[in-house]
Amino acid sequence: MTPERKIRIMVAKPGLNGHDRGAKIIARGFRNAGFEVIYTGLHQTPEQIVAAAIQEDVDGIGLSSLAGAHDYLFPRVVELLKEKGADDIMVFGGGIIPEEDIPKLREAGIRGIFGPGTPIEEAVNWVRQNIKPKK
Amino acid sequence: MSLAEKILRGDIRAASRLMRDIDDRMPSAMEELKKIYSKTGNAYIIGITGPPGSGKSTLVDKTVEILRKERKTVGIVAVDPTSPFTGGAILGDRIRMQRHSIDDGVFIRSLATRGSLGGISRSTSDIIKVMDAMGKDIIIVETVGVGQDEVDIVNTAHTSVVVLVPGSGDDIQAIKAGILEIGDIFVINKCERQGADRLEMELKATLEMGPKREDGWMPLIFKTEALLGKGIFELVYGIYRHREKLLACDYLEKKIFERTKWEFLCILDSELRDTIVERLEKDKRLDKIIDDLKRRKANPYSIVEKILEGELKGSS
Amino acid sequence: MFRNDHLKTIGDEEKKWTEDLSKILSEIPERLSRFSTISDMEIKGLYTPKDIQYLDYSRDIGFPGIYPFTRGIQPSMYRGKIWTMRMFSGLGGPEETNRRFHYLLKHGETGLSIAFHYPTLMGYDSDSPMARGEIGKCGVAVDTLKDMEILLEGIPLDKVTTSMTINPPASILLAMYIVVAEKQKVSKSQIGGTIQNDMLKEFIAQKTLMLPPKPSMRLIVDTVEYCTKEVPRWNTISISGYHIREAGSTAVQELAFTLADGIAYVAAALERGLEVDDFAPRLSFFFDSHIDFFEEIAKFRAARRIWARVMKERFRAKNPRSWMLRFHTHTAGCSLTAQQPYNNVMRTAYEALAAVLGGTQSLHTNSLDEVYSIPTEEAAAIALRTQQILSEETGVTNTIDPLAGSYFIEALTNRIEAEALEYIQKIDTMGGMLAAIERGYPQMEIAEAAYHYQKLIDEGKKVVVGVNKYATDHPPITIWKMDPEIERRQLKRLREVKEMRNGQKVRDHLNKLRGAAEGNENLMPYIVNAVREYATLQEICDVFREVFGTYTDPGMF
Repeated sequence: MTPERKIRIMVAKPGLNGHDRGAKIIARGFRNAGFEVIYTGLHQTPEQIVAAAIQEDVDGIGLSSLAGAHDYLFPRVVELLKEKGADDIMVFGGGIIPEEDIPKLREAGIRGIFGPGTPIEEAVNWVRQNIKPKK
Repeated sequence: MSLAEKILRGDIRAASRLMRDIDDRMPSAMEELKKIYSKTGNAYIIGITGPPGSGKSTLVDKTVEILRKERKTVGIVAVDPTSPFTGGAILGDRIRMQRHSIDDGVFIRSLATRGSLGGISRSTSDIIKVMDAMGKDIIIVETVGVGQDEVDIVNTAHTSVVVLVPGSGDDIQAIKAGILEIGDIFVINKCERQGADRLEMELKATLEMGPKREDGWMPLIFKTEALLGKGIFELVYGIYRHREKLLACDYLEKKIFERTKWEFLCILDSELRDTIVERLEKDKRLDKIIDDLKRRKANPYSIVEKILEGELKGSS
Repeated sequence: MFRNDHLKTIGDEEKKWTEDLSKILSEIPERLSRFSTISDMEIKGLYTPKDIQYLDYSRDIGFPGIYPFTRGIQPSMYRGKIWTMRMFSGLGGPEETNRRFHYLLKHGETGLSIAFHYPTLMGYDSDSPMARGEIGKCGVAVDTLKDMEILLEGIPLDKVTTSMTINPPASILLAMYIVVAEKQKVSKSQIGGTIQNDMLKEFIAQKTLMLPPKPSMRLIVDTVEYCTKEVPRWNTISISGYHIREAGSTAVQELAFTLADGIAYVAAALERGLEVDDFAPRLSFFFDSHIDFFEEIAKFRAARRIWARVMKERFRAKNPRSWMLRFHTHTAGCSLTAQQPYNNVMRTAYEALAAVLGGTQSLHTNSLDEVYSIPTEEAAAIALRTQQILSEETGVTNTIDPLAGSYFIEALTNRIEAEALEYIQKIDTMGGMLAAIERGYPQMEIAEAAYHYQKLIDEGKKVVVGVNKYATDHPPITIWKMDPEIERRQLKRLREVKEMRNGQKVRDHLNKLRGAAEGNENLMPYIVNAVREYATLQEICDVFREVFGTYTDPGMF
């Protein structure tokens, strides 16, 4: 069997907001693009997300937020990854994120930010371009 | 330091990376596995299978809760199908177990079948070995039990648990042939539903009518309502009872022998095949062979015979 | 509705028209190869009497205020009383929200609607680790009775009705409301309002989850039973399609799953031993008004007709009030765009118009900035004014159900009704909504529809102005931001309440509640007693979680 680095992405919803429409659409989109998607479900703490990402050895974590708690939760995920020496796992996020919050999030290490109305294809391409396969 | 060394020192990232390499069929993975093999064979392996929606993951979640109270460390391999159309997969078994993800004594790994012939058996058994080398006391493998590969995975566990639900339309007759034979323990989950008692009676009758098992074990049946944690304690102790029985009648040795053999054959199978296919592909012979077969200029039986003769001669 | 010979003539004329049309179309084809609603239901270019030939006016349409209520539930509709203008509000702490309530009432709002922050919605106090980063962000923080007292200060609870969007801890917030009323010397029998209290749609769509389905149903029926006897003017469940639609369902799915939820609640209350006509009149509904104008109007009309027939024929209700589907409408949050946010004012206006033409009893109109955050005062005022313009300038309130008799609207109403009934029947064969949810049936249907719609957008087959067409950059608008001081104040108050209350009494009441929860008694009186002593929301929810277990969404695809 030929070696094949499949892209593995975790789709996670941090926080208490349960609106999973976007998370589910993106998970489906990733699957249809041939990725393996680990879906952790709703209401996840950053600690749970990071522990799961490490156990699953994913290439990236896609976070979805619609409730305004992104400014605390997204950076916290990046911070914890660093603490665990797993900051090679790339973090990106989507949902309702006001323009003015974007620079702060980027600075905190959120690599890609997808606002509402992002076509599925765009997110898929971004992952393909930005995620370097593991050695 | 190699991944293997790191794993044996308790490095979680190294373990999950090796699992990734195994899954991605990196040649380096085999080198690492060679190094950890002697440190494996200590974990007790439980296989759990049942149709989608039978509540396997919830059952595993609650089982882990009890195992952790007894201070046992646990590894979980959750196998889900890859989409045959896109090659991708959504692996969602973790959802029900996520509360354990921050517990250092629990390691959960989701695995997609990736649709290759026999491939999932090999990956699963290798990933179990990594968890074994990590020192997990108990390893639980969960699959939907579709196809021979997945049945094998559960069958070669030390204790196999089959999960059924009442009123799902699949009564005993309809349950996949082969599943009834492999269960050491049967769980009727969602037992609050109508038809649970009937399912239990039918199951009992079928099991009693079936052939006597070599080990003399009469499969146990448990009724659970996993969502509410009902009946899980009994289930865990049922698993322990099975283990004691295996130990008492020396059948565990036989099971381990069977399991080791199955693992060996999985490896032999995939390595042999990969080696030969790789060689045939290298000098473009594979396409030519298929072409000949297509036009009926040759037959596959003779060609395989010839290849094997050559291989065996070459290696002896 | 039409004579046979007349229908024949119409048929002949239509044939001729089709021939003429095809000649024109061979030169100038139609803009699209297929026209469909936002739910992707195919729509013809022209509807005629032939499309509604089997419609029976008296049986299927009738008169407003008369069974099957297709034209509306009151005989005079908006000529008698305008719908209630109820703006969903909640921001920061109880102080800020109380100020917003007074502001809206001063500007002509006629009913309150409380939006709670996520920790409250999920049964956690502000000092819980689960609340980190979420305090006061998407609604108001309510931890104890103290917060509720501040929140409702200066609001006459015997005059203003209040809707509370709250689900797992609905019984607790209702209890707090009752005790605040007590303190205002207003009795339980005088207060009016609504708790959403609809857990089925949470399992299906919105996922504000706490307990497993069965104990959730028990708590709901407890509130229904309690209110039927003690709080007669309270709407006990607001059976909601809004969240189902926002999760990406089609209009038909929204209607079908909502009514199937309603059927499940009625069945559960009957199982408790209640009389259908005692509780059914206090069930109300809550729908989305999306951007596809006619589809929505037809949906509302079909909803009333189906529910009336279900209640009369299936559940044998005798009181006409049990047959009436009363509903609140919220314009579609998911139709708002972050891009070019001022366009949202227009979207909301059309959606509000559809709700009114569909005969809604109360209405929330979204603010242009709601896609980003809690609305600013100014944006909320525009949204409220949108309703006032509708009711007092446009004249659409002069005539009852003015679109009735339109071949298109009636045909669409029939079709939506038929397709919804098909879903309801399917759910019945699965063993009802609870069984269907366990199987993940509605969840998967919605996920499929949501993905399908996103693909249509991505392919440009459906247009969202400013997003996949006419996209331009827009300057950022002012967004409401929470003052971090609010979080500190909230935590401080919670600490003070815990220090000042009688701890022994709280423990006693929580223990009594636990005992009752382990048995079969109605829990409402125990909850009322506990909140009166300032037991916190989470303390009460923790009792539930201990006794009943917790529930996580299985994530169906």
